[in-house]
This record gives sequence, C-alpha cells and structure tokens, in this order.
Amino acid sequence: MAARATHPLLAAERLACARGGRTVFRGIGFALAPGGALAATGPNGAGKSSLLRLLAGLAAPAGGAILWDGAPVAADLRAHAARLRYLGHATGAKPALTAAEELAWRARLWGAGAEGIARALARFGMEGRADVPARYLSDGQRRRIALAALVAAPAPLWLLDEPSVGLDADGLDALEDAIAEHRRGGGIAVVATHAPIGLGPPWETLDLAAETATGRGAGAPEDELEDGP
Amino acid sequence: MTRAFLAVVGRDLRLALRQGSDALAALVFYVVVVALFPLGVGPEPGALERMSGGVVWIGALLAAMLSLDRLFQADYEDGGLDLLLLAPAPLEVLVLAKCLAHWLTAGLPILLASPLLGLLLNMRPEAWLALVAGMALGTPALSLVGAVGAALALGARRAGTLVPLLVLPLVVPVLVFGVAAVEAAAAGLDTAPPLMLLAAASLAALALCPWAAAAALRQAAA
Repeated sequence: MAARATHPLLAAERLACARGGRTVFRGIGFALAPGGALAATGPNGAGKSSLLRLLAGLAAPAGGAILWDGAPVAADLRAHAARLRYLGHATGAKPALTAAEELAWRARLWGAGAEGIARALARFGMEGRADVPARYLSDGQRRRIALAALVAAPAPLWLLDEPSVGLDADGLDALEDAIAEHRRGGGIAVVATHAPIGLGPPWETLDLAAETATGRGAGAPEDELEDGP
Repeated sequence: MTRAFLAVVGRDLRLALRQGSDALAALVFYVVVVALFPLGVGPEPGALERMSGGVVWIGALLAAMLSLDRLFQADYEDGGLDLLLLAPAPLEVLVLAKCLAHWLTAGLPILLASPLLGLLLNMRPEAWLALVAGMALGTPALSLVGAVGAALALGARRAGTLVPLLVLPLVVPVLVFGVAAVEAAAAGLDTAPPLMLLAAASLAALALCPWAAAAALRQAAA
C-alpha cells in the first residue's frame, strides 16, 4: 500500500452511521495520503452514500471521527466544505440552465475563475452541447456536466457517489482520466460504487457490509483496511 | 463571499426568467384575488374604499405564499441544496441571496401591481404612495420569514399547504402596519410611524431569518 507509507491526509476512525435509529455501519476506518483513492463497496443499503455524506460533513456521524491532516473536520465544517467536491446521485443540474451556465455559476460559487470551463466541458465531450438547456439532455449528459464542474473548479478531495451511473463508454473513460489526473495532482478521491471503475492504481477498497459484520469497531483504523487489487 | 452571493442571485434570477410562469402565476393570483372583492362585496364605493388597504395587503400576502414553497424545494429534490451547503461561503449568506432573488421575482411585481389594484378598489389617490412605500418596506420581511417556513417544510408532504400555515401567523405585523399606513394616509394622518414599524419588521427578519432558515436547511440535508 503505497498510500499508507506517506502521511495520511484524510482519515476516518471507528466511524459509525445510524439512519432512523438503525445502525447502518460501524467500525469503519481508513487513511488516505495525497493521491490516494478509496472505493467504498457493499450491497444496497450498506451505507455507501451515507459514508460520503458523513465525509462531506452533510450529516454527523453516530460515532467516530473524520480527520483532515490530523485535525477533526467537525471543528470547522466550512473549511472542510471548501476543500471538497461532493457529487451525489442527484447532480443538481437545473433543467433550464445550459451546461456553460451551470459550470459558470458553480465556478463562481466555489471561487474559481471561468477560464477552465471550456476545457472541462470539452474533456467530457460536451463542447458541442454547451449552449443547450439541460432539460433537452440525457441523464448521462447531465452527469457529464456535473463531472465537468469538478474539473473546472479543482479541490483536493472528491467524494463521488456512483459517478458512473448513466455514462457510456466514452464518458466512463473521461471519468477515469479525470480521477487519475486529480490523483496525480495530489488529490484524494473517495468513490462509492458497485460497478467497477478504474480509479488508477493503486487504490483501496472498503467493503462497508463486511467491515460492520466483522465488528472490529474497537480496532485501530489501519486494521480495518482491505487491500485493493 | 460576495462572488458566491452574486452567483446564487444570478442563477436564481436566470431560472426565474426562464421559468417565468411561476412568477407570473403568483402575480396573476394576486390580481384575481383582489379583483374578486368588488364582485363579492358589491360595487358600493364607500365599502370598497374602506377595505381597500386590507384587501390589497391580504392579496399580497397570499400571493407571496404561493411562490414560497418552490424557494428551496427544487434545490432539495435535485441535489442543488448540497451545492449550497458545501459552498465555501456561509450558508446564511446564500440563504440571503435566495431571499433577494425571491423578492426581486415575487415581491417586486406585487409591489408594482399594488397601486393598480388600489385603483380597482377605489382607494384614495393620496393613499397610493403609502401603499407602495409600505409594500417596499414590508415585502422583504415576507421573503425572509417565508424562507424559514420553506426551509422547515422541506421533506414534508404537502409542503405547499404547510408553508402558509407556518408563515402567515408570523407576518401578521406586516399586514397590520401595512394597512395602518394606507389608512393613515387616506385619513390625512402621519404615515411615518406605521412605515417605520414595517421597516423595523423587515430589519428584524433580516437579522434573524437567514440563520433560522440555514439551520433548517442543514437539518433537512442531514
């Protein structure tokens, strides 16, 4: 595990999640160094989406802590929000806005310039449809818009929930390229998926259901890592 | 922070212009509700004139409610709320941006239509200025308090019914002082006290509502 050899930037310790009074997962731990990637896997209901929302600070964990560079992120959620890009099942792309407008407002929201927008759209094959309102685009194309926004306004931590849903082979290639480039630049990616995505080697997997079942919640975070292929 | 504020205002205004039917529906509702009163009460000029201030203000309140449930609902459903929650700017500032966009697309048209509706109800011309001034000072409070109600109702079934139930009792002071300004002007009295109280209501809403709405939005997302 090359990632563990260097100083971890994003770490989770004995993380537990409860939804509606039921424990979804517990005892989850991992540590990712700059350039690291984690694929969260597990069956439906294992808590993949919940894990990403915890990591984004959108929900509070039922137990455990999330650390960024050794400091708990719960202490300053706004600073944490500024360094992450979260892409959920719903992309937030407005039907009435064109791809170019969608990227432009997101870049302004995130404090990034407009210069990366055209290149980001081209990267996801949307340059010819930049001026078409999203209501006339397919689900896969809307996902390409949301993914292009990640590239247009870079941030060190990507949290992607099933990013490949709706993408065709070209779109998947573009996604894998974008994640690989993000990691080469020292970025971290946490991806919830059950479809295999090439995150670029080496990457780690975390099977939420298996981790919870083994009940190693009291162990050190390193004990709970499973090596990826 | 200013850039993020302007980004949200710009996006919401653009959306409102593209989907103009929403803003137009609230305005048409306002006109129809007020226009029903002469039909229901009868054309006796004295009666209409006496109630004109109250009718126009109640119509404005109801029309503002009509547009409120969409304030956060679309963002909540399509994932746009996560973008706001995870923006580098404080959520309170972004809520304020959404309130400003809502006021520009809902409050301002109501404000501009109100003198015409006053005319329809035989309102005295000397009361028009007090009506418009009162609307200008009072309608921001409707958008701000409305944002709290809209944020609290997220995820609830029948949010469209719930929002007016939450918001209308809280904006009673706006109605009372708005009507008081119109009646003072019609009677030739000083309109400054009710107008100042309207401004105070909007300022109090400005100071409190973004925080309350932001807390409700965080709760809705968790």
